[in-house]
Amino acid sequence: MFNLLIDKIQQLGHKTLSIVSGLGRASLFLLSALFHIPNPRKGFPLFIQQLYAVGVLSLIIIIVSGLFIGMVLALQGYTILVGYGAEASLGPMVALSLLRELGPVVTALLFAGRAGSALTAEIGLMKATEQLSSMEMMAVDPLRRVIVPRFWAGMISMPLLAAIFSAVGILGAYLVGVDWLGLDSGTFWSVMQSEVNFRGDVVNGIIKSGVFAFVITWIAVYKGYDCVPTSEGISRATTATVVESSLLVLGLDFVLTALMFAR
Amino acid sequence: MSETLIDIQNMTFKRDERVIYDNVSLSIPRGKVTAIMGPSGIGKTTLLRLIGGQLKPESGKILFDQQNIPTLSRHDLYETRKRMSMLFQSGALFSEMTVYDNIAFPIREHSKLSEALIEKMVLMKLEVVGLRGARNLYPSELSGGMARRAALARAIALDPELILYDEPFAGQDPISMGVIVRLIRALSDALGLTSVVVSHDVQEVMSIADYIYIIAEQKIIGQGTPEQIAKESSPLVKQFVQGEADGPVAFHYPAKPYRDELLGKGMMNV
Repeated sequence: MFNLLIDKIQQLGHKTLSIVSGLGRASLFLLSALFHIPNPRKGFPLFIQQLYAVGVLSLIIIIVSGLFIGMVLALQGYTILVGYGAEASLGPMVALSLLRELGPVVTALLFAGRAGSALTAEIGLMKATEQLSSMEMMAVDPLRRVIVPRFWAGMISMPLLAAIFSAVGILGAYLVGVDWLGLDSGTFWSVMQSEVNFRGDVVNGIIKSGVFAFVITWIAVYKGYDCVPTSEGISRATTATVVESSLLVLGLDFVLTALMFAR
Repeated sequence: MSETLIDIQNMTFKRDERVIYDNVSLSIPRGKVTAIMGPSGIGKTTLLRLIGGQLKPESGKILFDQQNIPTLSRHDLYETRKRMSMLFQSGALFSEMTVYDNIAFPIREHSKLSEALIEKMVLMKLEVVGLRGARNLYPSELSGGMARRAALARAIALDPELILYDEPFAGQDPISMGVIVRLIRALSDALGLTSVVVSHDVQEVMSIADYIYIIAEQKIIGQGTPEQIAKESSPLVKQFVQGEADGPVAFHYPAKPYRDELLGKGMMNV
């Protein structure tokens, strides 16, 4: 009985130590990747290439999801609001939900699934096939050559994708609310304009998506770089990227919301 | 300029608790083909990574041209690596680039040459390995042997002083094997390159090496020219060179007696 307890405590300690050392390695990895003087002549083309792979290729899923989520929001919102005779508030309701919450959060979850997993798998595969190692032996630092452009591409593209998501969502809501359900187009836009605050709603949404972008891209590139270089290791790392970044995004969303919007 | 390019002195390397190398010393002469042989799983590739500075030994020195690799600063290590290159077992070509771009990669990274000049250099290297026609193919479109040759072209792109070959003969068809054997020898003879070949293909190594080290059980168990190795009398070296299944390196992974396992201890009395 006593031994069992000791074993459990030991396991707990071991687990904690491995989590802490993992965090330490991930932080050192990020620091050594980011703190150096970039070479624009070589770095910029690589960055553009990754911006395409990470950002442009995620556009379809973001636009389609944004459109449908906006349409559903409008439909659900209308049926509720019309009961109170408040259907004129449909515009701000949709806009605020998207800008404050759904835009950053849903984009982050989709981004983790689409781009985060792809980053981890790609870097993991480069590790497993010794491409990273051979780069090192050619005196080219894989952190700078492979990790840095991917990291910045994620950091830049995710907030942009979140903005596109919100804009398309509002358009979807317009289609349903105005074109289908017959709300007045002038009311839809003007109430939205008067209710939505640039600093409080738009900027806060952008800050949220910036934080999520940082978390997801960091986890994705680190998991790929740190994975066990086998097929099994890559698949585990890819799963871990999606699970861990999704959970962190949802947890951080609560913290950020509490800081930004709680009165 | 000293005769020795790489001098490993009293080097010990551990992976976790397992000792891979125990107080090993060996030297690799300049301009020669030196082979490191040994059974699989004894850390031959690890030795190449130690020389390349990708791993650090527990203790001891690894001198490359008088510089101690493990104590070099990051910057100096990268400068030193420009003078060496490594042919990986898998080839390790960059999968998102064509063969041409793969070979141009180190040149573009480390020089400011014009594209026109780079093109000429790349074509020359591709001609050497017979893949000038395959320059626009991607690594996924190459056979195993072609990939190995393309990787060799990349390894010699910057005319290094030292090439580390990791199992260059493993899994090659006889034709590719012949091409690679001849290339390694020719690069050494014509350009004065120093080559370190890690392999367990006894025949091929015997045919091209100037000097051979045989590693087993964390130590160097035999060394000498191919002729000396062929005549070596130590049972361990003999077993390895002649490919005998059982000997000092046991064929059987440690286990209970065969009879006991099949019949069970209790069955004996029945």
